[in-house]
Amino acid sequence: MILNKVEAQDLHLWYGDFYALKGINFSIKKNTVAALIGPSGCGKSTFLRVFNRMNDLIDNVSIKGQALIDGKNIYGKELRVDELRKRVGMVFQKPNPFPKSIFENVAFGLRVNGIKHKTYIEERVEKSLQQAALWNEVKDKLNKSAFELSGGQQQRLCIARALAIEPQILLMDEPASALDPISTAKIEDLIYELKQEYTILIVTHNMQQASRVSDTTAFFYLGELIEHDNTKKIFTAPDKMQTQNYVTGRFG
Amino acid sequence: MDFQTRKNMKEKMAFGALRLFSFSIIAILFFILGYIVINGISVVSFDFLTKMPEDGMTKGGILPAIIGTLCLMVVSLAIAFPIGVFSGIYLNEYIKDGWFKRFINLMTNNLSGIPSIVFGLFGMQFFVNQLGWGDSIIAGSFTLAILVLPVIIRTTEESLKAVSNTFREAASGLGASKWQTTYSVVLPIGMPNILTGLILSMSRVSGETAPILFTVAAYFLPQLPHSIFDQVMALPYHLYVVATSGNNITESRPIAFGTALVLIFIVLVLNLLANWLRKVLGSKVKMN
Repeated sequence: MILNKVEAQDLHLWYGDFYALKGINFSIKKNTVAALIGPSGCGKSTFLRVFNRMNDLIDNVSIKGQALIDGKNIYGKELRVDELRKRVGMVFQKPNPFPKSIFENVAFGLRVNGIKHKTYIEERVEKSLQQAALWNEVKDKLNKSAFELSGGQQQRLCIARALAIEPQILLMDEPASALDPISTAKIEDLIYELKQEYTILIVTHNMQQASRVSDTTAFFYLGELIEHDNTKKIFTAPDKMQTQNYVTGRFG
Repeated sequence: MDFQTRKNMKEKMAFGALRLFSFSIIAILFFILGYIVINGISVVSFDFLTKMPEDGMTKGGILPAIIGTLCLMVVSLAIAFPIGVFSGIYLNEYIKDGWFKRFINLMTNNLSGIPSIVFGLFGMQFFVNQLGWGDSIIAGSFTLAILVLPVIIRTTEESLKAVSNTFREAASGLGASKWQTTYSVVLPIGMPNILTGLILSMSRVSGETAPILFTVAAYFLPQLPHSIFDQVMALPYHLYVVATSGNNITESRPIAFGTALVLIFIVLVLNLLANWLRKVLGSKVKMN
């Protein structure tokens, strides 16, 4: 049996009184891409943020059930949050580079995790920028401010920043929604490349994007996981009527 | 008159009235400024800025008052800035919303509502007498620091609140601790606004009279301070002295206006500096 890379077992989550995730059961294998789709407020971003415990930053969140990575409960007492976050990288909706140089943006994750070795940091920065398909565009201006890059370049920089600490899993929260079509295509190509080494969860509002980049697709509605199956099946012959209505654009 | 005409007329009247009131504010400001410039500019000269007062403060310069005010500004901000900024960071980044935070905010607001003369009285009894610092720059600066502390705490808190959460998430998502996130990502982004608050509190400090009245300000002291335990003259208090209790009030009246002009000039320069800093630093960390 192949162990599931990312898994949720009967996972419930509340923001104060608001019941945001209602008993989610979900799993994906290593080196696959799962797209999370559904109308705004359905819980897909919340679900994504369960896996690097980003919801911890919000007051009044309570969680029941289990979220597992490599079969281990990530909400267990023996696990340190910063150790978890080293294994799980995240890319956000809007490009959010730090007010630092391009180099320091990518090196940030290494530095905060106590890595001081200069040549190692340089190697990691170059490798990550190459993986993010940005190296050729920025190699001559690594010391320039990250804000001088275009929006699409900034987003690839944020991907490089996440890759620098060598995570196993990448969480992407609508990574292309603030970008133009050309930048979006670049990010999608990138996701396809990254799949060789990483397990990826991506939240998207774009149905075409979900069908292009993902192996499996999960449809969320009102805090419930309605259906999770092969992307092709979800978009051509889903089991549930609600899924069919959503992917064909009849609601949502 | 049909409805449309009446509507247009009302619109014009409202617009005109709003404009009139706005312009009157500018007019008042310019009138005061102009009045002070006209009455004070004749005495302001190189000598006025660089000499000691002479002849019962009816002649000579105001150098010790200028230096005194600058000393008070620098020392009081050196005290208030770290305390205020660290408190602001604590309030915005570390503690969750709840009764404790509300309590601290309430206390901060109360602190800023206390009349400045009360701070003066406290400073005199506590810093000057109890701690035995005497009338000195350090006693006056501590008193002024307490006065501007709420402003600095509030500006820091507001500046950090304005920093988008996405930066905090990105940093902690890479395994950064709260302090690493705050220190290397959130603070640099909020810094332009914090510095603007700092400079505005400096201009506030430069103009306060009551807190320094019993803690540092000298009536007449024609020499420059050697240490923070010395007494100094200060511009606002000097202004009060030459305007009300000099040897010859009529003769020293131009000196009073000259002093006011210098004081206003210092405040103006500080405010312009604050604006400029916000623009220059702000553009460096602005999002696309």
